[in-house]
Parts: sequence; C-alpha cells; structure tokens
Amino acid sequence: MITLIIISVLPIVLLYLGLYKAQKALLPVTIVGLLAALAAAVMQWNTNALPIYHGMMLFNNFSVAFSVISIISTILILLLSKGYFEKISSHIAEYYAIILFSLAGIIVMVSYHNLTMLFIGIEIMSVSLYILAGIRKSDFASNEAALKYFLMGAFSTGFLLFGITLIYGASGSFDLDVIRDWVVTHPRNIDPLFYTGIMLIIVGLCFKVGAAPFHFWTPDVYEGAPSLITLFMSTVVKVAGFAAFLRLFSACFSSIADFWTPVLLVITIITLFIGNITALYQQSFKRMMAFSSISHAGYLLFAIVALGAGSANSIFVYATAYSIASIIAFGGLILVRQQSGSDNFEGFNGLAKNNPFLALVLTISMLSLAGIPLTAGFIGKFFMFSGALAHYNVWLVIIAVVNAIISIFYYFRIIIAMYFRSAERAEVEVPAYYKFVLGFSAIVTVVIGVYPALISTLI
Amino acid sequence: MTVSILLLLPVVAALLVLLFKNEAAKHAALLFSLIELGIVVYFLIGFLPDASVQYGIDVPWIAQMGIYFKAGIDGISMVMVLLTTVLVPLIILTTYKHEYKNAKAFYALILFMQAGLLTVFTALDGFLFYVGWEAALIPIYFICALWGGENRIRINIKFFIYTFAGSLFMLVGIIYLYLQTPGKIYDLHSFYDLSLSLTQQNWVFWAFFIAFAIKMPLFPFHTWQPDTYTEAPSAGTMMLSGIMLKMGIYGVIRWLIPNAPAGFLQWQNLVMILSVIGVVYASLIAFNQKDGKRLVAYSSIAHVGLIAAGIFAWTVQGVQGAMIQMLSHGINVVGMFFIWDIISRRLNTRDISQMGGIAKVAPNFSIAFLIIVLGTVALPLTNGFVGEFLLLKGVFNYNIWFAAVAGLTIIFGAVYMLRMYKNVMQGETNELTALFADISGSEKLVLGIICVLIIGIGVYPQPILHLSEAAVTNLVNTVSAKFVNAGY
Repeated sequence: MITLIIISVLPIVLLYLGLYKAQKALLPVTIVGLLAALAAAVMQWNTNALPIYHGMMLFNNFSVAFSVISIISTILILLLSKGYFEKISSHIAEYYAIILFSLAGIIVMVSYHNLTMLFIGIEIMSVSLYILAGIRKSDFASNEAALKYFLMGAFSTGFLLFGITLIYGASGSFDLDVIRDWVVTHPRNIDPLFYTGIMLIIVGLCFKVGAAPFHFWTPDVYEGAPSLITLFMSTVVKVAGFAAFLRLFSACFSSIADFWTPVLLVITIITLFIGNITALYQQSFKRMMAFSSISHAGYLLFAIVALGAGSANSIFVYATAYSIASIIAFGGLILVRQQSGSDNFEGFNGLAKNNPFLALVLTISMLSLAGIPLTAGFIGKFFMFSGALAHYNVWLVIIAVVNAIISIFYYFRIIIAMYFRSAERAEVEVPAYYKFVLGFSAIVTVVIGVYPALISTLI
Repeated sequence: MTVSILLLLPVVAALLVLLFKNEAAKHAALLFSLIELGIVVYFLIGFLPDASVQYGIDVPWIAQMGIYFKAGIDGISMVMVLLTTVLVPLIILTTYKHEYKNAKAFYALILFMQAGLLTVFTALDGFLFYVGWEAALIPIYFICALWGGENRIRINIKFFIYTFAGSLFMLVGIIYLYLQTPGKIYDLHSFYDLSLSLTQQNWVFWAFFIAFAIKMPLFPFHTWQPDTYTEAPSAGTMMLSGIMLKMGIYGVIRWLIPNAPAGFLQWQNLVMILSVIGVVYASLIAFNQKDGKRLVAYSSIAHVGLIAAGIFAWTVQGVQGAMIQMLSHGINVVGMFFIWDIISRRLNTRDISQMGGIAKVAPNFSIAFLIIVLGTVALPLTNGFVGEFLLLKGVFNYNIWFAAVAGLTIIFGAVYMLRMYKNVMQGETNELTALFADISGSEKLVLGIICVLIIGIGVYPQPILHLSEAAVTNLVNTVSAKFVNAGY
C-alpha cells in the first residue's frame, strides 16, 4: 500500500519541481522515489496480507513480485530517458509525472481484489498512455498513434466494463472471493450472462495485452509512439496486463476452465502465428519488435491456457526475461537511430566493429528473445512449455515450437546485420547511463539463464 | 575431483582468453586445452572400466522443477570426453599458421564450445543435456558465420535453424519424459525406469530421433551439412565434423534407444534403411566432387551412416564399433580437413583437377596425407579398420543384405579417396603445384600426432575398446532385456 502511495505522490512532487524549473532534479528525485517505493514493496513480502479497504485491494506475494518487476523496469526505462525527452519537447516534468501515474495504475492492476479496482487501475494506466503515445505533438505518426490507441483503448475498455457488469449481474458482487464462491457453489446453474461476461472480459483484456485478433492497434501505435514510450508499453504495461489477466482468471474462473480454455487456446495460436509471421516481413526494427511483442503475448497466454499452481511463476519469469531483453533492444535501437536516423535493419549493419559492447548486449537480448539456452528467455519458454505439456496440450507446444523456429529468422537478422554485414560507419556513442542499463540488463539475462532458481520460486 | 572441473574449466578459460592480446590468444587457448587434457588423463588413470558412473556430481539446480546439475563419466562418456579433449588442442594447433581477425574471440568461442560438448557427453540430467546441446551450437554458429567463406550468412542461418528446430523437438520429448516420471525429475535413470506405452514411445522416439538425425547428419536430414562444412573456417569444420556430429551419435546411444526401446524397435528397420541409403548416396556424390573439402564432407556423411547403422543394429559389437569409430573418425576427419586447409592455403584453390605432383615437392606432406587416407578407407592396421569391421559385423548380425550394401562404403571410400590422393599428389607437377612448400613447424606436429594415433589405435585398439566395453555391454543388455520383458 505504501508503494502505491509513494508512486501516487511522487508525480505531484515532480510537477512542482517542473513548475520551479528544477529540471536537473527531476530524474534523481524520480529514481529515489521509485527506489523507496521498491523498498516498500519488498517489505510487504511474505506478510500474509489480507484484503484491505473492504476487500478492494490485496497486496500478496503475487502483487509484490509484479510490482517489483514493474518498478525496476520503469527505473531502467527512465534511466534510458535521460537526455531523450529533452530533445522531444520542453515539458519534461509532465512526462515523468505521466509515466509515474501510469505506473500507479499498474500497481493497482496487479493488486486489485475487486473488479472495480481492476477497471480503475486499467483506466489510470491507459489514460496516461494515450497522452504518452502522442507526446511528440508536432509529429504526425505520434498523433496518429495516440488517436488510434485512444479509440481502440476506449472501445476495449467498454467491452471490459460490460463484461464486469454482466458478471456482477449474475453473481451479485465485484469481489473476487465472492465471485469465486458463487461459481463454486453454483456449478450446475451458472447464468449464460456470466459466461457472456467472461467472454467480454477476455476480449477487453486481449485488447489491452495486444493478443490477436485484437492486436491491430499495436504495430501502428508502437511504431508511432516515441521509442521509450513504446518500450514502456510493450514491457511494463503488457506485463501488468497479463498479471491482471492471470489474477482474475486464477482467482475466479479456474473451476470453469473447461468453458474458456478453448477460446483462449484459439486466441493463443492465432496470436503466435500472426505475431511471428508478420514480424518476418518487417524492414523496420521497431515494427519487428512490435510484432514480436504480439507473439510474446502468445507465449505468455500459455500460462493462462494451462492454468495451474505454476502459472504465476511462469508468467513472472517469462515477463522478467522479456522485459529486460526488450529494454536492451530498444536502448540499442535509440542509440543506433540517433546515429543513422532510421529504424531499419540496415542501420545495424557493421555495428560490431566499432561498438563491440553494444553488439554483444544486443546479441544477448536477441538470443534471449529467441529463447536460446543460457539466457533468461529460454527459461521463460521452458516454463511455458512445461506448463502446457503438463496439461497435455502437446499440439499447442508443437505449434509453439514451430513459432520459436520462425522467430529465429527475424531475431538473427539483427545479429547478422551487426556482425556479418559491413558498412562504413562511425562509432556510436554510448552514454554512461546507457552502459549501465544495458550492461546490467545483459548480466541479469545471463544470470537468470544460468541460475533461474533465483527468481523461479518467488511466487 | 568431479566432472564439474572438466565442465567449468573451458568456460573460465574462454573468459580468460578474452583478456589476452589477439596475438597471444592462440597460445593461451592451447595452454588451457592442454590443461583440460591433463585433467582428463588424470581421470583416465583413476578410471575403472566397469559400467559404473564415476567422478559424478549431483547438486540441485532448479529443484522445484526436478532439475539437477547431474553429470558423471562412465565408459561410453569416457571415450567421448577423450575424443573432445584430444581433438580440441589439435584443432587449436592447426590454426597456428592462420591469422584470424579478432583472434581472441575465435579461441574463446572454441573453448566455450568445448564446455558445451563435454556437458553433452557427461550429462545425466535431461535439462543439463539440452542446455549443453545448445551451448555447443551457439559458438559454432558464430565461428562459422564470422570467419567463414562467401555464402556464410545464408548457409549458416540454414544450419542454425535446422539444428535448432531438431533440438526444440528433443526439448519437448525431454519435458514429456519428465512429466511421466513418478518423482517429477529430469534424471536420466528415472527416464530409463519408465514403462511407457508403445504410442508414447513412438512419439518420444521421433522427438529425439529428428534432433539426432539432423546433428549427425543422417540421410535425408543432411542437406545443411556439405555447404556448412565447405564454407566454415577449417577449425570450425573440424569442430563440426570431428566432435559435434558425435553429439548426435552419442545421443542415440544414451538418450534415444534406452528411453524409447519399443519405439525404436518399431522403427528400427526404417532407420537402418535410412542409414544404409546415406552410406551409398553420400559415397556416390563424393565420387563427383571437384572441391576437396566438399568431397571430405560427403565422405563424412557416408562414414556416419555406417556408424548409425551399427548402432541401430543394437548389438554389443555394433555399438562398440561405433564407439571406437567415433574416435577414429574424429581423428581422421580432422586430419583430412587439415590436409585440405594446408593445400588451399598454399594454392588458394581446392579444385582437385588443377592439382597433381605435390608428392614430388613435398614428401613429408605426402606421407602424412597417405596415412590419413589409408586410415579413412579403413585399411587393416589403421584405426578405421577396427571400427568399420565391428560396425559391419553388427549390421551383419541384423541383416546380411544391409551389411552387404553398407559394406560398399569401404570399396567406394577406397575408390574416391585414393583417386583424390592420386589426382592431388601423383603425376607431374604443374605451374600451380611446383612451388608447393612442404609442411613445417606446427603442421608437422599436428599431422605427426594424427599419424601416430591412426597407426597406434589401428595396431592396438584394445585399451580403448576395453574402456567402453563394460558400459556398452551393460547398456545393450539392459535395453535388450526390456524388449524381451515387454514381449516386443
């Protein structure tokens, strides 16, 4: 709870700092504040929390783990943003503040215990994101991204809200425990309205996490938004979406899994194929990452399709691996783009010659995203495959294997461009902040890959 | 002392090599690989050639998933470990006359690959086996793609995708086996103890078989191999053909047949036929090769086909033959690729038809070349003979016709290998070959060691056969008992 309070107060402090033109203090204050929030979250660990505020929120280990990964990712992203926002616009304090407001929404999303809080969390997060996507207000693509995201997002929130209403109508409550009890005590006569509600909630949440066939907004929005905002959306926001998804379905609907599993199974398979096959044809690295993030959403859905005791762990490990690898990838992209001025694969040609460090960390990131052993990404995929196989979804796993093979093609394009293609280019300058963030993320990726027991037993 | 030292040292060595200057990296890499060999010799002295697993290590890794860092050496592993640790220093020595750009990265990758290979050959845990399997693949991809020939990008991505695809199916097989174990554990021996239904075993068989068949490579999964071998830098080709393809063969012996005995029996005939087809097919293509390196690549497919046939016959002689032939083939093929490396470095071509008469100007080279050719064509008293004899005997016990066809490999091999030797070395010198300098320094040393090994093992193979005999006998009998028990 203290975490949420800190993260809510912090942006207001930042806005005042902006008012008094204390630009230099913005980043340090933000980081210190987030570290305090992180510490507060860690203190909550294993305290056997009970629902608070009449069952509105529950800060259990699940919430703590996902809060921690969200806060750490945000810190890393904000470190990358030093010097980045200044170039885009002069209202820097507002950007930090809006990102933190969005983070506050995310904290609510991973610790709700009542469907109204889920809705409020998603709205706080989304409204902030609509602004962030359009932050380059003179840029056409950025405006398009914001408008598209807003329209689609509002539309999907409508579905979600409608679903919540129908579930309330059937079960008589917004509280997760009450809904679960209602489902368990009425196994034979569940209202069709309730099933409709589940379907609508699935649609709403799939919109938010960018799963096919509700993914159409992702590529344009991801491409149009500034790279760091794209990074924030495709890591922290997506992870929070999945945490919320899992929390709802494992808490309330696990006993009627037979009803919704086939639906999600189809969504998962479509998501995997659409994400991977479209990513193959991209010429822009940023767009490729957008589509590959769709396919990662497919892998993350595995944990919900094969709902079980290990699901939370699987999502946590996969999300951590994916977020950290994406941070490296986008960090590298921003640096390369500053030099070459384009997001295309060609911009990476011959990078390894003058920037061995940058090439190495990007390689680790690509290997992790592709799921090669000794990186965190492999551990994530391994957990997902194990979970799905344990539910006898052999075909799902075989489809996933085929997709993992396809993904090699486009992830290795970057490695090939960096190492095996040559181009006349000067050294890309890597600022110290970037060195720290990229190096730290690469080390974490390898350490989790070698010794996953560090984080795989948390939840 | 446990096997963990053997697995960790190359990783540490790889990191240390990166600290050296590019010029000094090869010396450092050689030193580390010799230390590794020293440790293996120490292990070998204390090794009891019975069926037991020695120098074992077993510590929890991801305990909640039943994953343990469990590895150890038995007779079968010992031969493979020996093969790896003898060949790696030799391969590093073969590069002494090369000037690689960014040499320290090159040697670090070779050492890192060695760690992966040794992990595969000693792992007793399914997860560890898979990790080692991939850990060996990543470095060789970079070796081939960074220091390879013209078409390296396209060819190596094909190679990578091919092998990665195969291994992912194996991963699914491993996870499947794990889920069947009563204690939910990745331990190899609890996999052995499973009694799966025939349908389940069929699935497991194919999941593993595809991975191993691609790696070996077995006909018709071999299409990546000739291009990759030809385009790779010679040290990479040697790592691939000398050691890496043995991962597939070792996998069949240790992970495929014992884990799915009934599934294997179901498909035994088919895989025998594939192996034998591979032998004949690759030999026929080798006849027509003008590029020396490519010829050796195809001959390697033929040899591997015979080794596979010997294993699939699943008799003690066949598997024993495979064990010693893996060692011999590793030595011979490294020698053969080194010969072609020497030729192509001096003449800037590998076109056999442009050569001739080198024996006149380079007598030492011609002797070494001849010995390696004789070893490859399995002349008695060379190392190739022992293995191929036992392999053919194994196949013969299975089916006389298969043995007759597979036996053609010896005749075919003799024809194309000796013809290659004749065209390259004999006859009159021409403009190109007249100035061929004889071997010297590190070249002499490597070829000398290889020749000694070829003749040494050929004359007195007993110590090596003895090393793996108990373990092979035990494994073959255990699995065969399962055939009988289950009434297949």
